[in-house]
Amino acid sequence: MARYEKMVDKVKDLMNKPENIRNIGIVAHIDHGKTTLTDNLLAGAGMISKELAGRQLFMDFDEQEQARGITINAANVSMVHEYKGSEYLINLIDTPGHVDFGGDVTRAMRAVDGAVVVVDAVEGTMPQTETVLRQAIREGVRPTLFVNKVDRLINELKVDKQEMQTRLSKVIENVNKLIKGMSEERYNAGWRVDPADGSVAFGSALYNWAISLPTMEKNKIGFNEVYDYCNQGNIKELAEKCPLHEALLDMVIMHLPNPLEAQKERIGIIWHGDSDTEVGRSMGNCDPAGPVALMVTDITTDPHAGEVACGRLFSGTIERGLETKVVGMPKPNRLQQVGVFMGADRVEVERIPAGNIVAVTGLRDAFVGSTVTSAEDMVAFEGVKYVSDPVVTEAIEAKSMKDLPKLIEVLRQYSKEDPTLRVEINEETGEHLLSGMGELHLEIVRYRIENEKGIPITASPPLVVYRETVQTHAGPIEGKSPNKHNRFYVEVEPLESSVVGLIKSGDISMNMPELERRKKLMELGMSKEEARKIIEIHESNMFLNMTKGIQYLNETMELILEGFHEIVDKGPLTREPCQGIKVKLVDTKLHEDAIHRGPAQVIPAVRQAIAAAIITANPTLLEPIMSVFIQVPQNQMGNATREIQGRRGQILDMTTEGDTVVIRAKAPVAELFGFAGDIRSATEGRAIWNTEVMGFEILPQNLCNEVATQTRMRKGLKKEVPKASDFISS
Amino acid sequence: MLTLIGLGLYDEKDITLKGIDAVQKADRVYIETYTSTLTGTNLETMQEIYKREILPLTREDIELHAEEKILDEAKERDIAILIGGDPLIATTHVDLRIRARDMGIPVKIIHAASISSAAISLSCLQNYKFGRSTSIAFPQRGIVSEAPYDALKINTQHGLHTLMYLDVTDETNTEHPNQHMTINQAIEQLQILEEKRDENLIKEDTLGVGIARAGSDEPHVHADYLSGLRDYDFGPPQHILVIPGKLHFMEGEALVKLAGAPSTATK
Ligand SMILES: Nc1nc2c(ncn2[C@@H]2O[C@H](COP(=O)(O)OP(=O)(O)OP(=O)(O)O)[C@@H](O)[C@H]2O)c(=O)[nH]1
Ligand SMILES: [Mg+2]
Repeated sequence: MARYEKMVDKVKDLMNKPENIRNIGIVAHIDHGKTTLTDNLLAGAGMISKELAGRQLFMDFDEQEQARGITINAANVSMVHEYKGSEYLINLIDTPGHVDFGGDVTRAMRAVDGAVVVVDAVEGTMPQTETVLRQAIREGVRPTLFVNKVDRLINELKVDKQEMQTRLSKVIENVNKLIKGMSEERYNAGWRVDPADGSVAFGSALYNWAISLPTMEKNKIGFNEVYDYCNQGNIKELAEKCPLHEALLDMVIMHLPNPLEAQKERIGIIWHGDSDTEVGRSMGNCDPAGPVALMVTDITTDPHAGEVACGRLFSGTIERGLETKVVGMPKPNRLQQVGVFMGADRVEVERIPAGNIVAVTGLRDAFVGSTVTSAEDMVAFEGVKYVSDPVVTEAIEAKSMKDLPKLIEVLRQYSKEDPTLRVEINEETGEHLLSGMGELHLEIVRYRIENEKGIPITASPPLVVYRETVQTHAGPIEGKSPNKHNRFYVEVEPLESSVVGLIKSGDISMNMPELERRKKLMELGMSKEEARKIIEIHESNMFLNMTKGIQYLNETMELILEGFHEIVDKGPLTREPCQGIKVKLVDTKLHEDAIHRGPAQVIPAVRQAIAAAIITANPTLLEPIMSVFIQVPQNQMGNATREIQGRRGQILDMTTEGDTVVIRAKAPVAELFGFAGDIRSATEGRAIWNTEVMGFEILPQNLCNEVATQTRMRKGLKKEVPKASDFISS
Repeated sequence: MLTLIGLGLYDEKDITLKGIDAVQKADRVYIETYTSTLTGTNLETMQEIYKREILPLTREDIELHAEEKILDEAKERDIAILIGGDPLIATTHVDLRIRARDMGIPVKIIHAASISSAAISLSCLQNYKFGRSTSIAFPQRGIVSEAPYDALKINTQHGLHTLMYLDVTDETNTEHPNQHMTINQAIEQLQILEEKRDENLIKEDTLGVGIARAGSDEPHVHADYLSGLRDYDFGPPQHILVIPGKLHFMEGEALVKLAGAPSTATK
């Protein structure tokens, strides 16, 4: 106990010394050993007992995580490590590897400044390695590399010393290729990982040893010695001589930036407000005396404390009772408990200064992604851009009437905690739509509803989420308000696909300075006139106000935009979200009195006009597409490719390495349900595979009508796709 | 045929005899309740007194489904719609009239007293000196419309009086459901506009005439500077506000003697 308290004191002391703090994330392809690593780091640093670590995966404490052997929720921990005579506080986030939970990785990258990219020495770099690296680099998070499972090379694959070296070099080479491909600028500025400068470590998270160039010099144990230890089964001694946590945490402290260094660079990437304001300067300097600026990156429900929001404090000092604002919400929220992590526990403290990962309660209005501040008018942090939008959906319903209200409450809470889960609540029918990143994602949500919340539910089979878009120009089309006193004239046309890409990646947004946005759009071929008239970007659709000098239009614009949001959130073909539509308001006639142009008049008029314009502009559906990666032995290749071709798939690339073949392909999500089982049986379980959403593509014309009809019927809509005249009267 | 029948201002007794006659002769009788409601009565009482079944129409029925709901039937039969006040003063029903015309349906109008004439009568001011009237709406999405300010400005420049209707909302207004704006709230909004526009139009010593429950058995009229009216209790709805322009001496005397205006205000 005394030891525990001593540790708490250390953490409390170190959190005030930003030079001695490192905020890091552990990221990797699924199963490459992140959680095993995290466990053993905690144990090595004395934060949990050695027995708990490793095999039992202490950090995967959730029942479903244990049962499935994968991480589902990112977890925050912290530890203290001594390096060259000083102590350091390491705040660490262990992230999930399964693509369905990739949203956790994206959010974690917002909270940290550095990452340990873990790569399995046997499998090498895999598709998710690339995805997580890209997310880190996009967020300005600096990578280091840990090549894990080196023991398997020696003990399972039984490679010789020479081959071991070759394979390890190959991993480093591939990681560097990825970094260079993502940002040559960063690569040249020293973000390349290199064993020679100590930014790469090798080892075994499971057997608790690791080496790097600095430890080799110190402990006199290099690759030769490691090989012999492993070969002789003398792992225990190796782990004692070259403890995992020492090599890893030394590397983290030496190579990854502290919050002072990191925030100077990162604020410009994650926040697009004016850097010459009080809050801008204070975040750049990680100033504990400045206004509070906190970004919420995780919300969990704790049986005792209730809703706990975790995030990164970029500026100011938080303390119990402090009044803060959640940007975009009307009422202030008062902080109740404020805490930091100590090992895997949350410990309450009085106050926490900028530069730390914090856990607070009392933020009633916060969602994952919210900006929390004490400043007057703070521009929100950039939204976290997820790798993909939800692509599968299920309808769920409570089995028993009495659970109806409870189910709604649970769904509201889940959608607050998980922004990659889209929840559409229908209080009238009691049938709610859950959309998520994949089958597993929804399965876990269902499991939690039934088993953690005790609400029995029925669920429809998973279905694909589509998008609606237009292929030609249409308009001007006139929309009249129900009272006929207001008229809106709109045109629609396809938004350039390059622009859609940049909106999705977050490189073009309404938060960025206008001039910069204009410049980017003009580079992509948009006319100056149009680039100046953009007043809203919603999902990947744009609204332009092309009118001039219309009295009272500015008072009405908010309502006009609500009409725009409503129709692009639920398109006219099938009520699926729209993508890549440019809407132009070209003229408006408004009643002078605000009473005659209220929400009930303006919103439907605009919505209907845009709907009619979309229907006229040769609309079509887009379907989500997965990139599929399969690694199989040569003799199973035919079986694997057949699985792709039978699913409207397309083989993009095939390479042979020794006796294995790597197939890169793409296929529609709609055809990939049940792929896991099919590929397993087709290849006698020999395939290593991975799928990842790569975006939306136009649905083949011959399927369009069928899908539209099915989707409409499922939503209880009239079977026939509406005509323009159904939306606007003459 | 379609007959639009005015119900007048307050209760079931404000309809004209002509109106009653038309109600009793019609094949079907509807009532429209969203542009204005009679505060002094209800549907049951009207049905009892008029000895007719009366079917309520919603906003959607008239604005979106007028053909199916009303006009198709009016081609063959006599349909009457009861409307508070005078049937066409609230402008909203002119569209119905146009549509009926396009379908070749004759439309007959039976007038009744309108809030606009009642308010002017009670205001102590002369009808021909009123300028363009305006309305004050509850803020929508936090935005206070500047339209009343513009109307007041133009009228004031010409020495004309300004009649201000105050917002009445139903449950479809999610921000301010089922509310009647009070004179006090209206003055607050005018002052917000003055702060924004800063054109010295709405001042503490601007004279105002507040009118409550025009047409009822207990109407109330009170004139004072806005600084005084802002906290004056006018009692239950509905309220109307008039900002007088340049006063004729008879108007001034009436305001002092009939509406309690301070004598300094009428000079
Ligand atoms: N041989 C060997 N096995 C390891 C090593 N590290 C992890 N493993 C095993 O690899 C499997 C996956 O490890 P985890 O730590 O759960 O991997 P993860 O990256 O956290 O997995 P996700 O969070 O689901 O992506 C487990 O069976 C571990 O025991 C290692 O260094 N050597
Ligand atoms: Mg894990």
